[in-house]
Amino acid sequence: MRRVVITGMGIYSCIGKNLDEVKTSLYEGKSGIVNDQERLDFGYRSGLTGMVDEPELKKLLSRRQRLSLGEEGRYAYMATIEALKNAKIEDSFFDENEVGVIYGNDSTARSVVESTDILREKKDTTLVGSGAIFKAMNSTITMNLSTIFRLRGVNFTISAACASGSHSIGMGYHLIKSGLQDCIITGGAQEINKLAMGSFDGLGVFATVDGDPAKASRPFDQARNGLVPSGGGATLILESYESAVKRGAPILGEIIGYGFSSNGGHISTPNVDGPSRAMRNALHDANIDASVIDYVNAHATSTPVGDSNEAKAIYEVFGESNTPVSSTKSMTGHECWMAGASEVIYGMIMMQNSFVAPNINLENVDEDAAKLNIVKETLNKKIDVFLSNSFGFGGTNSALILKKC
Amino acid sequence: MVMTKEDIIQKIDDFLIDEFEVEEEDIAADANLKDTLGLDSLDFVDLVVAVESNFGVKLVGEDFVNVTTLQNFYDLIERKLH
Repeated sequence: MRRVVITGMGIYSCIGKNLDEVKTSLYEGKSGIVNDQERLDFGYRSGLTGMVDEPELKKLLSRRQRLSLGEEGRYAYMATIEALKNAKIEDSFFDENEVGVIYGNDSTARSVVESTDILREKKDTTLVGSGAIFKAMNSTITMNLSTIFRLRGVNFTISAACASGSHSIGMGYHLIKSGLQDCIITGGAQEINKLAMGSFDGLGVFATVDGDPAKASRPFDQARNGLVPSGGGATLILESYESAVKRGAPILGEIIGYGFSSNGGHISTPNVDGPSRAMRNALHDANIDASVIDYVNAHATSTPVGDSNEAKAIYEVFGESNTPVSSTKSMTGHECWMAGASEVIYGMIMMQNSFVAPNINLENVDEDAAKLNIVKETLNKKIDVFLSNSFGFGGTNSALILKKC
Repeated sequence: MVMTKEDIIQKIDDFLIDEFEVEEEDIAADANLKDTLGLDSLDFVDLVVAVESNFGVKLVGEDFVNVTTLQNFYDLIERKLH
């Protein structure tokens, strides 16, 4: 089995549009959450959301390429060009090597709704235009990135709810570990628009707050009352250690464990056993003891039941080690399909810069989380190994373990 | 008001340059839509969209059977409008 390393990362998120901006936000505990009046006017119960500017791609991509790229694809593209640049991968590399792409995405709501609206009005399918189909399919990101960068390796999308991004990294890790691929672009992206999140808001699980939107996402706090939707794009370049060394690539970290599980239970309410097994499976895959982990990036979205059950699961696995834990969703909100990838990047940034980002808004810790070592304020600390949790609807769970090289 | 031939040509040239990002210097009556202007099969779908929004005329695939050059395209739209 081969070693799998990360040679490039790129991020386009509500707390920063590149790695440097995100590093500053994480260190300073800066929130990217706003209150969007347009959502309230549209019938949302909560107007809270993470927000990013839509990137201007006219100078970067041709008309044909832009026409096929929906909102989530545009975020993914921005993250990917940063990741490739950091990995020192140029276009010629794709001609000479079989590079793949596995990306997490689980909706293209805006593209679907917009083209359907045209169809309803015009009563003519041709008038939705040539790009509509390529923007509307769930595999929109992998089909577009593989076309733009002329990729010739593995090429598919992972749809696994809010664990999509994490599983994409896990799948890429396995394909490289087993020798089937040398280099894979992985990640996750999430559209941010009122068309994408209405049905989620309708479940009554989004946070509401009087006053400062930055206070709304408060994982593990007693006063938490729901998650804040968010989005953007996050890309990681995975590569075999041999390939990275051969081309003199920067080696940012190593993936040493991937654990997954399914709850086998309720469609939306998480349990304790499933996440706990995913974490244990990741530790088993990495062949390390829980005490070796220096930091846990929790999935914790700021929902009452979800955070409590994750706290219990983390306590089961890491209780004896008293491992530092934080949820960066306190700053970013829940980046959904993107979260599993972005949070690995957040953890990597912390590991590279020796700090644990704070779980902001934790004023009165809840009963289950009180047993954990939750980091409320930025902690300057050396991290050699960390674990990142991601869970999703349907009870899909993923845990990844990353190590400093 | 009936559009003149010149108006039609101007409007087509404008959306080819603005929306389809065709190089202005490539615009010529005898320009081949595929070889010179670089339009592919997917672009022909978007030509239908552009014609509908600019002229209020709905084209179908068969309309393009004998359309090879930009002049053929100008003529097609003129026939549809008049």
